[in-house]
Amino acid sequence: MLVLARKLNESIMIGDDIEVVVIDIKGDQVKLGINAPRKVSVHRKEIYQEIKQENIAAISSDFTPGTLRDLSDLFKKDKDKK
Amino acid sequence: MPYAQFKIIDIHARIKLKIKVNTKPFGEIEVAEAQVIDFPEGILGFDFIRKFVILDSGDEGSPFKWMQAFDEKNLAFVIIRPEDFMKKYELVISQNDYEAVGASGPEDLLVFAIVTIPENPSNMTANLQGPVIINPVKKLGRQAISLSDSYNVRHRIMDEINKQTKAGGR
Repeated sequence: MLVLARKLNESIMIGDDIEVVVIDIKGDQVKLGINAPRKVSVHRKEIYQEIKQENIAAISSDFTPGTLRDLSDLFKKDKDKK
Repeated sequence: MPYAQFKIIDIHARIKLKIKVNTKPFGEIEVAEAQVIDFPEGILGFDFIRKFVILDSGDEGSPFKWMQAFDEKNLAFVIIRPEDFMKKYELVISQNDYEAVGASGPEDLLVFAIVTIPENPSNMTANLQGPVIINPVKKLGRQAISLSDSYNVRHRIMDEINKQTKAGGR
């Protein structure tokens, strides 16, 4: 891993068109600004892990077809109320 | 014009083409080939599944659908359209996500949230952090990542429905 030391308001370039700027440093938190083309996705790394874990939780759900039918009825009741 | 006639028959045959799929909820069934959606990158945690079939739940008036892995019988997700439990939903995703399914905007897409059904089923939640987007014309799908702070991986569906009912003035 490449390690670079940067101060407040200094930045690094990744390739020609991605810039990462140190915007704020407070205690153990660093605020970064990212300038990148729209087609580049930028997300916190935890997001990927959270979605992956939720996908696994969803697939591990154990329920009967009857459960799903009962749950569907909850929506119908809601519609009837309106 | 024998050539034109042949063409018509060909198109007709393609529409009717059915293929067999082994499904978790219904066992082996036949679906129209058009129901098979390519997920070139799979979905997070299941990147080895490159094809899914979207199936109706079979229960009348049900908002739920199944997203069944084409080659893995036991891999099937329950999905729901966010509009079916939320009054106001806005898809906020990156350009990259749109381009990956050949779409130029939300109007080209079907959007679903994957549902997690816990031990107490009425605590079911929907994942709006990673909405499943499908371009029905190009038959391309992907799990996008929401850029909006309003959405997370566990939205309690019943809470959202109750909010709607209250907002309806009752």
